[in-house]
Amino acid sequence: MPDTDQRNDTPAIELRNIDKSFYGVFANADVNFSLAKGEVHTLLGENGAGKSTLCSVMAGLYRPDSGEMLFDGKPTVFKSPKDALAAGVGMVYQHFRLVANLTVAENLALGNPEVGLRLSQSELEAEAKELGERYDFPVDPSARIWQLSVGQQQRVEILKLLYRDAKILILDEPTAVLTPQEGESLFRAMRMLADEGRSLIFVSHKLHEVKAVSDRVTVLREGRVVGAVDTVDAEPRDLARMMVGKDLVLPTRKPNESVGDEVLVIKDLVVEDDRGLDAVDGLSITVNAGEVVGIAGVSGNGQRELAQGIVGLMKVKSGSVYLDGTDVTKMSVLAKIKRGIAYVPQSRLGMGLAPGLTTEDNLALKQYREPPYSKGPLLSAAAFKQKGAELIEQFDVRGVRPGLPIRLLSGGNLQKALIAREVVQDHSLLIARSPTRGLDVGATATVRDHILAERDRGIAVLLISEDLDELLALSDRLVVIYEGRIVGEMLASEATAERLGLLMSGHQEDQPA
Amino acid sequence: MNDSVLMLTVMAAIGLGTPIVFATVGEILAERSGILNLGVQGMMLFGAVMGFWATFQTGSLWLGVLLAVIAGAAISVIHAFNSVTLRVSQIVSGLALTIFGTGVAIFIGRAGSSPLVGRPSREIFEPIFPQSFADIPLVGPLIFGHDALVYLSWVIVAIASYYLFHTRPGLTVRAVGEDPASAEAAGINVSRVRYIHVMLGGALAGLGGAYFSLALVPSWQDNPIGSAGWIAIALVILASWRPWRALWVAYLFGAAGRVNFTFQTLEINIPSNLLAMLPFLLAIIAMLILASGKRARLLGSPEALGVPYYREER
Repeated sequence: MPDTDQRNDTPAIELRNIDKSFYGVFANADVNFSLAKGEVHTLLGENGAGKSTLCSVMAGLYRPDSGEMLFDGKPTVFKSPKDALAAGVGMVYQHFRLVANLTVAENLALGNPEVGLRLSQSELEAEAKELGERYDFPVDPSARIWQLSVGQQQRVEILKLLYRDAKILILDEPTAVLTPQEGESLFRAMRMLADEGRSLIFVSHKLHEVKAVSDRVTVLREGRVVGAVDTVDAEPRDLARMMVGKDLVLPTRKPNESVGDEVLVIKDLVVEDDRGLDAVDGLSITVNAGEVVGIAGVSGNGQRELAQGIVGLMKVKSGSVYLDGTDVTKMSVLAKIKRGIAYVPQSRLGMGLAPGLTTEDNLALKQYREPPYSKGPLLSAAAFKQKGAELIEQFDVRGVRPGLPIRLLSGGNLQKALIAREVVQDHSLLIARSPTRGLDVGATATVRDHILAERDRGIAVLLISEDLDELLALSDRLVVIYEGRIVGEMLASEATAERLGLLMSGHQEDQPA
Repeated sequence: MNDSVLMLTVMAAIGLGTPIVFATVGEILAERSGILNLGVQGMMLFGAVMGFWATFQTGSLWLGVLLAVIAGAAISVIHAFNSVTLRVSQIVSGLALTIFGTGVAIFIGRAGSSPLVGRPSREIFEPIFPQSFADIPLVGPLIFGHDALVYLSWVIVAIASYYLFHTRPGLTVRAVGEDPASAEAAGINVSRVRYIHVMLGGALAGLGGAYFSLALVPSWQDNPIGSAGWIAIALVILASWRPWRALWVAYLFGAAGRVNFTFQTLEINIPSNLLAMLPFLLAIIAMLILASGKRARLLGSPEALGVPYYREER
């Protein structure tokens, strides 16, 4: 707990009756919220509960439709993030706002009015280094952002705010991309900042994190505040109920009953990344029918290249991929789809779905070449509509409005639509990358159920994820990769978060940690 | 020595390359901010005719240059409005600007009872140093043999390069062109940065146009600039969005434009039409080599080039 002396009675930020809607859909409705000085305050809620929108309002990115914001007791309207930053409110977005091709130091200097007209790389780098050391956040200031791991990039984001001396730091789901160890280190830094008298808003939908780091928690559901409690008084079960509005039954995983034939066999696979380096460096994995094999690893250790190499989106440099005994290494993406590879990519809107098309069109994207969607060279609008409606119903995709682009759906509903499209086609292998990343508890449970259902009907599932909860909840076997190579392999029943975390950070099993 | 074929070719390369230097550096500034402007040809022609007109009316070369710069910047606002505010396709808007600028230039040149077309310029940019300086072997013509605008182009290249890579506003431009959402989150007004740099691009294109009508071909014809605007767009890639490289590649293309004449003096018989294609062929080949595959990123192409930026998009 922070020193109570540091708090005075005026809240750092107070929101009164904030409303914000997009395209006529409420993201925040009548939100009241108060952040005390020197506290870590968790915003807890499912996806689509309006947490990110609320944060963006406070950070000046969105303007509320109505309502009042008091900043240090005074009514304030932030016209832009610049306004907010100048007043001392900064946000680390879920998708980092770093310019990938610029260096760490350049990113810190960006938009900072205190930096002189002339840019001196060496001065900037020295300052960045000094700042990093003060908060125990070592980063190489001359590195370009794309060369850093996700955890390091996050540090840069936080340093960016500290460089501007932000008094209020808003962290939007910062732990979603971190290993447990990195998460611990982030929590330590957060406490240090709160002890300095800064206020932090911590957005999360993971219950165990609430207790670990925050003083107070406000729960949002469907854009409204359900309640605010001190963390010491909060029972995880109560919080869960507030979040989802009903008692939550977390799925308990049944072990797989029988494992069938080999479906996917990868031998000595090497795939280059965009920079021409061997991102997948001689991997061999077998996935059998009716089992989930989880690939664990910190982001950027070859996950993307592995998945895209298998499905044919990236060129395989050497090695082979067999599907049901046939060498499919050199086949086209379409040929592989037809042979039975279903793929749920990590970026739903970037690669999985066509953001500007309607939900019905998206649901047909992999099958539109065939009847009933196609009749000869013509498409059947009726089939799109009817099949679309069936899948929307069956997979409980909510928020679909006729004629509107799919990008307007929330993350959970996007994912349900994507999975619906992938599993409805004939397939023997499902490759899923972080399928529950950024989803709320309810949507996570639904997506997990779908994946386990796939396994139970004899599909081979390759799950590639950076989220240990997800891997442990779904996998039968776990393979840990580090720098494109396998560093550990175990049955899920033998795995612990700690053991996986160590392997993921490159510690070999036989070495002491 | 100063009359050797090589020296004449180099001097011609600098002369023919100078308008392209202006336009290319201008387009680099616009593209660094993320806006692709295919209207360079139109902006150059508009600048060329307005510059010619102003000098024709006033007898002042510098007033001509000033009006050309203003004209180029003014006409580029059309593209900035289309691509930044309305977020329409930058390709379409840029092509429209070229067609519009070309049409307007021809119209102005032919309008009125005593049209400009066919008239020589009242004043011409000429070398600013005395002939005795230019007679010094080798360095004479290279350093002292040019008109004021050539020296101005060197200054502009130096300033643009320093601006982009060694100043805070330059960092802002690069960030906006790479990742506008991140730039905005850092408190930068993306639209303003883009407007300003599209207009700087227009101003420099206008200046490049005026170099044709007031120095290179100092008379008014319907199109005194050939395809210089298109070459400038191609050279941005070749220069990998760096002003100093723009200077060298523009001179290279100036030389290619001169090869025709050089070959004739050397009595090498190649059909002149084939040689006239040389700069364009060179542009295509160079782009194929440079812009293919993995090299594109290393080149420095701004990530968000040509992509409209929406702010309140979830």
